[in-house]
Amino acid sequence: MTVSTQSTQATAFDPATVRADFPALHQEVHGHPLVYLDNAATTQKPRAVIEAVERFYTRDCSNIHRGVHTLAERATAIYEGARKTVARFIGAPSPNEVVFTRGTTESINLVARSFVRPRLAPGDEVVVTWMEHHANIVPWQIVCEEAGATVKPVPFDDRGVLDLDAFEQALSDRTRLVAVGHVSNALGTVNPVARLVEIAHAYRGGGGSGIPVLVDGAQAVPHLPVDMAALGCDFYAFSAHKVYGPSGVGVLWGKAEHLAEMPPMLGGGDMIRTVSFDGTTFAEPPSRFEAGTPNIEGAGGLAAALEYLSGLDRDAVARHERALLEHAVDELGRVPGVHLVGTAPGREAIVSFTVDGVHPHDVGTILDGRGVAIRAGHHCAQPIMTRFGVPATARASFALYNTHDEVEALVSAVRYAQEMFGV
Amino acid sequence: MSDLRELYQEVILDHNKSPHNFRELPDADRHAHGDNPLCGDVVTVYLRLDGDVLREVAFQGGGCAISQASASMMTDVVKGKTIEEARALVRMFRSLLTEEDGGPADPSELGKLAVFEGVKEYPMRVKCATLAWHTLAAALDHHDAADAVEAVGAHDAPAIVTTEE
Repeated sequence: MTVSTQSTQATAFDPATVRADFPALHQEVHGHPLVYLDNAATTQKPRAVIEAVERFYTRDCSNIHRGVHTLAERATAIYEGARKTVARFIGAPSPNEVVFTRGTTESINLVARSFVRPRLAPGDEVVVTWMEHHANIVPWQIVCEEAGATVKPVPFDDRGVLDLDAFEQALSDRTRLVAVGHVSNALGTVNPVARLVEIAHAYRGGGGSGIPVLVDGAQAVPHLPVDMAALGCDFYAFSAHKVYGPSGVGVLWGKAEHLAEMPPMLGGGDMIRTVSFDGTTFAEPPSRFEAGTPNIEGAGGLAAALEYLSGLDRDAVARHERALLEHAVDELGRVPGVHLVGTAPGREAIVSFTVDGVHPHDVGTILDGRGVAIRAGHHCAQPIMTRFGVPATARASFALYNTHDEVEALVSAVRYAQEMFGV
Repeated sequence: MSDLRELYQEVILDHNKSPHNFRELPDADRHAHGDNPLCGDVVTVYLRLDGDVLREVAFQGGGCAISQASASMMTDVVKGKTIEEARALVRMFRSLLTEEDGGPADPSELGKLAVFEGVKEYPMRVKCATLAWHTLAAALDHHDAADAVEAVGAHDAPAIVTTEE
């Protein structure tokens, strides 16, 4: 395994070169070269990730932690090595603060169930924003419903910028947690997470000692450098598959003192210290939260993805992705009848839009006919759609391997949709 | 792009742009509401009966071109039919697009509605085309016009319908 610290091994970034690393990009769809612009839904995988998963099954396949044989040792090394790689990548003080889950959704549910639920009393509140993905709304609704507590959403303005005054006003002595998305999956807005953490931690009502903050980083980790110390948050959740890794594995990072006091969500093997019918004692974090045989190859694949990213010049990648977004915003913005949804300054990699006279689902189907893959729908963020008064949007989202020619293909396909519908 | 043109035929685009019978029927004997929660298509179908005959059929709603054109053409076709004939059309239309109900139907029996056959090639869109028909079936089965029936057309969609990011 080659592990590089950021930029020391970095070579000049050239999207044309990195495209060669992603086998799935090189295919035709309906007779057109695939233009994959649905990266906020999931990213394509570099060969390094595919090979890491394949290597596990062709060479190292075993269960972890238990066996004393060679393959078990290799599998354990892959899994625990991945934990260290993740910790390094996100600037976590210790790998023991990295819990492997099935994805962002499970990570958030784990915090809802094991951290927030035991602290909730009737009348308490969990503060979220109006721009959250359903995965950062519904878990809080479920535990709040059980406890007689409420989920309080903080509004954003017409551009999709969070209202900081409203955020401060939303905090109260009853706030048990703030849960906020780092980057909005539907709008591309980057929330000022470090500032929100500062405000929440500084809150001193009713003799409290600050409010803990969970950050949904699913859309941020692929694009922004994330550093737990710099963000200052209490929990950070993300998924491997959105950052060029495999499906079915994700991360919950939590401060050690929080994880230590959390009961397990699932019981089973590999999360216990001792089991007897007189009583069972649980393992320390992170094992306490990883009952059963985990997604070993997925963790290995995630590590391969993060190492792949670390091997690139990430500043250059970020500049490239921003240039693609600017290009798309600029060109789409000039097409009559196209309206951008979400115009916050400093957005990341996502452009949502509507086309007069063509429903987003029709836009999606017509673009697919030209080989252009985008997402159409409510993006699991219905409150956002309600806020903008649209049933759905079309969304193009960029990754490091996209090109400016692909932006042109997107815009040309949108014009073709308008032509076909006679609008 | 011949395949896209087969999906979005002129007649479908025309009905989408200027849907027929697009209004509420205040004196409807029966009505039903249907939606596809995964994609947000919504439709309400209103019926006025004269004995056993569908004297007036109208709809309101919003959604993609396929869902709106399907609803519009459906109201044209079932107007004047008996309840049993309308039910038979629902079965035939569904079997045009799905393997259920003994499909595939002979498109020639469906007249103008055969333009929707192209939707079969787009499994994700089948539920768009069948939504209004499910809703009509619910209205036909529902004898109490006081409250709308929830008819969800998403059952026609294959298991590959996605909602997640």
